[in-house]
Amino acid sequence: MLTKRIIACLDIKNGRTVKGTNFVDLRDAGDPVTLGALYATQGVDELIFLDISATQEERKTFASLVEDIAKHINIPFTVGGGIRSVKDVAPLLEAGADKVSINSAAVHDPNLIEELAKEFGSQFIVLAIDARKLDNQWTVYTHGGTQPTQHKLFSWAKEGQQRGAGEILFTSMDHDGMKSGFAIDPLRKLNHLLKIPVIASGGAGKKEDFLEVFLLGCADAALAASIFHFNEIPIPELKKYLKDHHIPIR
Amino acid sequence: MAQVYFLLLKEHCNMKVAVIKYNAGNIRSVSFALERLGVDFVVTSNHEEIQRADKVIFPGVGEASSTMSYLRDHRLDEVIKTLNQPTLGICLGMQLMCSHSEENNTACMGIFEETVRLFKIDTVKVPHVGWNALEKVGNWLDPSLKDRYVYFVHSYYVPLSSNTVAETNYGITFSAAMRRKNFFAVQFHPEKSAESGVKVLNSFLQQPA
Repeated sequence: MLTKRIIACLDIKNGRTVKGTNFVDLRDAGDPVTLGALYATQGVDELIFLDISATQEERKTFASLVEDIAKHINIPFTVGGGIRSVKDVAPLLEAGADKVSINSAAVHDPNLIEELAKEFGSQFIVLAIDARKLDNQWTVYTHGGTQPTQHKLFSWAKEGQQRGAGEILFTSMDHDGMKSGFAIDPLRKLNHLLKIPVIASGGAGKKEDFLEVFLLGCADAALAASIFHFNEIPIPELKKYLKDHHIPIR
Repeated sequence: MAQVYFLLLKEHCNMKVAVIKYNAGNIRSVSFALERLGVDFVVTSNHEEIQRADKVIFPGVGEASSTMSYLRDHRLDEVIKTLNQPTLGICLGMQLMCSHSEENNTACMGIFEETVRLFKIDTVKVPHVGWNALEKVGNWLDPSLKDRYVYFVHSYYVPLSSNTVAETNYGITFSAAMRRKNFFAVQFHPEKSAESGVKVLNSFLQQPA
């Protein structure tokens, strides 16, 4: 049976992981390769590296970092951040990335999804959507969640699928950082609406939240960052807990 | 005894693997996996170099029809079909080794007789992406791979046949791995399947020439 995926997300700036970690025994938790390899050893199913560099100068280091990751890590990984064109994607895939995630650029130019899918295949394209409830409607935001758009979550996700996205990564801004569980209702709706896999993001705080997101939110994968970085929920412990509760887990 | 080990070592160390270079993604990941295993390999589209290698790996991620026409334009399809050494097709590589693919109605190499089909099952999402289990593991695959998880990402599958050596279920049970004579194939990505993937690659690399 296809298993539910646990994904760890690492934010990268100027080639280094941004958020602190409390892996005391890790020589360099600021090194994305070291941290990613640790998660892989612990049994995480996938990794996402998001480049949050502000300048082109900082971003230059990213492709060589991607190559370094591919060299050392033997599980699938997605890279994203600042991708605007087919030209931005080619060197990342060439460097060994398995997928790329696009967000703001796709909102501004939805044709980008088609172009990327045509050039590289749908399985390479993760459409990341940041949304929050505004006047009782799930509204899509861009630029790291700072700018509201005209797009609504469900219609935009559906459009993304039609244009060739291979997966949807939905982050609820209302839940992100709150550690009080994932946004179950919209996830459930997305799952019924879409034929492509849905990755849930935002809100993970305890093991029960993951059980809930798979059982009630029907998510195909669940993503978290800080709870892994600060070892609040060790990945082996999380996977054992989910297995004990009959969730198909690797 | 020491001499036997020396000969084994010599054989392993002198083994040269050719990874076929063409217009498909994922070649880099396969190369990195071989690097991690300490295998001597070359990434090449040169016909003689491929034919001369002790083992050949035909990786692939992409779309069937454009890839097949690229292979034909470079006469790589003829080269692959007529190889005599152990040859491993990965993902799209495995599908292109079949006779025909439903993906844009593409005629493939015909090493395996099977037709590659689209997942058309209402109960599952397409593509099939993630970690799924290997069942009924046999033939060239390490028996300890039974019930182990490997990483898949594909929308088309090869139905079960007498060439199937491992099965996986995703709405339907399909061929996760195959073999016919010197041709080996896997639908999943051993280069992305952690320790299980290493076992799969080693199972192939240990095949006698």
